[in-house]
Amino acid sequence: MTDFLEEFLKPVLIAVIIASALVSFVAGSAVFFIWLERKVAGRIQDRLGPTRVGGKFGWLQTLADGIKLLVKEDVIPAAADKLLFRLGPYIAFCGSFAAFLALPFAKGVVAQNLNIAIFFMLAVMSTEVFGIILAGYGSGSKWSLFGGMREAAQLVSYEVPMAICVVIPVLVAGTLNLTEIAIQQSGPFWNWRLFHDPFTFGAFWTYFTCATASCKRAPFDLAEAESELVAGFHTEYSGLRWSFFFMAEYASMFAVSGIAVLLFLGGWNPGFLWFDLGDLGGNNNLLSFNVLNTNINVLNIIGQVISVVIFIAKGWLLVFVMVWVRWTLPRLRIDQVMMTCLKYLLPLSCMLLAGAAIWQVAMPALVQNWLRVPVGLLCVGAVIIVAFKMWTTRQQLPASGVSFDWKPSR
Amino acid sequence: MTVFPFLFWVIALLTAGCAVAVVVSQNVVRMAAWLLFALGGAAGVFFLLGADFVGATQLLVYVGGTLVLVVFGVMLTAQGPFISMKTSAAEWGISAVVGLLLFGVLAASLITATWQSSDVTKRLRSDMAESRDTVNVGKGFAGLEVGPAHNATNDTTAGSQNRVHTSYLLPFEIISVHLLVVLVGAAYLARAKRRRRGTEPLAMRS
Repeated sequence: MTDFLEEFLKPVLIAVIIASALVSFVAGSAVFFIWLERKVAGRIQDRLGPTRVGGKFGWLQTLADGIKLLVKEDVIPAAADKLLFRLGPYIAFCGSFAAFLALPFAKGVVAQNLNIAIFFMLAVMSTEVFGIILAGYGSGSKWSLFGGMREAAQLVSYEVPMAICVVIPVLVAGTLNLTEIAIQQSGPFWNWRLFHDPFTFGAFWTYFTCATASCKRAPFDLAEAESELVAGFHTEYSGLRWSFFFMAEYASMFAVSGIAVLLFLGGWNPGFLWFDLGDLGGNNNLLSFNVLNTNINVLNIIGQVISVVIFIAKGWLLVFVMVWVRWTLPRLRIDQVMMTCLKYLLPLSCMLLAGAAIWQVAMPALVQNWLRVPVGLLCVGAVIIVAFKMWTTRQQLPASGVSFDWKPSR
Repeated sequence: MTVFPFLFWVIALLTAGCAVAVVVSQNVVRMAAWLLFALGGAAGVFFLLGADFVGATQLLVYVGGTLVLVVFGVMLTAQGPFISMKTSAAEWGISAVVGLLLFGVLAASLITATWQSSDVTKRLRSDMAESRDTVNVGKGFAGLEVGPAHNATNDTTAGSQNRVHTSYLLPFEIISVHLLVVLVGAAYLARAKRRRRGTEPLAMRS
């Protein structure tokens, strides 16, 4: 009996706990992102966004939306292929959720510390597109079919420059293990791969563009394109199944942002400490306890919690940038989307890869080691100045130019 | 029964069931959906056995690439919605013979093969665990010297021949250039056909 408990129940129980923790994180951040999306869209369009549900800032708006979706009628069109129509949303969600299994949130805080974590994540996320194609095909509607086809063409094309851009920091790091890649970037912020050399700097922006396209976010949201295709691949969906597509979209937004943070932006390192927060305790045994045959150091746990908070904050910041871009830029045409990828992003990423390789081999060590310091200082200084400027002028942003007693002339 | 054999049997049975469904179903896109689960199940078996790289490659190449292109092709060429394929009895017979022959070959080679003893496998595994990066793989691929030279003890006369010079770079390049030629040819054929008909859509031109 104890054998059964030890060998069967324990791994299953651990797996269930980790998976439910990840699912709750994914669902919780989706709730937050949907509120953020509405609020940012409102501010950019010079209105307030949700203000009523849950107090002044409309915190509970997403919850109200969720309840609405739960009680909505679940319609399956008569012309649809019922099986494929039902399968689509689940495949899409499983694809983007499974990527989180290899995403480290801090040193040691990862469901599976895979050797090939980044490769695994890219591979698993590439299955998400299949759910969308099946949904588009299975709906039995022309709009959906067009949406699915566009999605297939776009995703297959954008996967290539995205993967090449991921290879560049991997080339510098010499490992595919995301935990190790992040540990290599501990210390001051000029150790981040973003500032490592001009090519990794370019690779970050190229990667982020491709990642936005691979999440089918505007300006690359041709798969849904309301103005042309009604709602694209999810035209025929309603209720809970529809919301699964959005869970998948927001989950993969955080996943690609997390990859960007780990590869380029120092992972969970705050950028001004000289050690890794996961090693806060070091070899100090004063505060370590033995729980269930595992040595637990309280200081390390505290450091890991702080690291997780920093990592999630960085990831959310990049998701915010995606939201910002969505409501700022107009949608491209489908041929422009393909042209951007095949004519610009693909050659650009190939050149960046070649350049990064040559830099590693040919640049003198002095330049390699010290150029990143002034570049990093300049970039961070510019970001701080812009943020300060935005903070001090924030009161003027919404409704500037329109006074509160403005009334239509009619 | 520990959890790993249990999971293996569950995943293996699901994979086999989906593979049968691929053969039995008549709608092409449904076949692709079943094939997705069969390939995903095979990747799951790889992950279960600790071969993460092979599993992830399986997902990336077959599910993310090939299968998407299959469905994409079906969508582009389909005349009506939900085309179905009827299989004649002769086709069933031929494919059953071919399938059974393949199964026979695989089963025979599995039964007659001599498997490596467990300590060799262990040594291989520890070697893999120690190699921490892909640099050695790349060096070996380009034909540079990697690791201890073969036959270094009994062949001291031919100094330079000790080195392992089995470069795979040239064959690899030849294959990739060949594939590129095939791709360009296919694109040329498709383009010529479209131009003759004169129905080139506006979006394709720019």
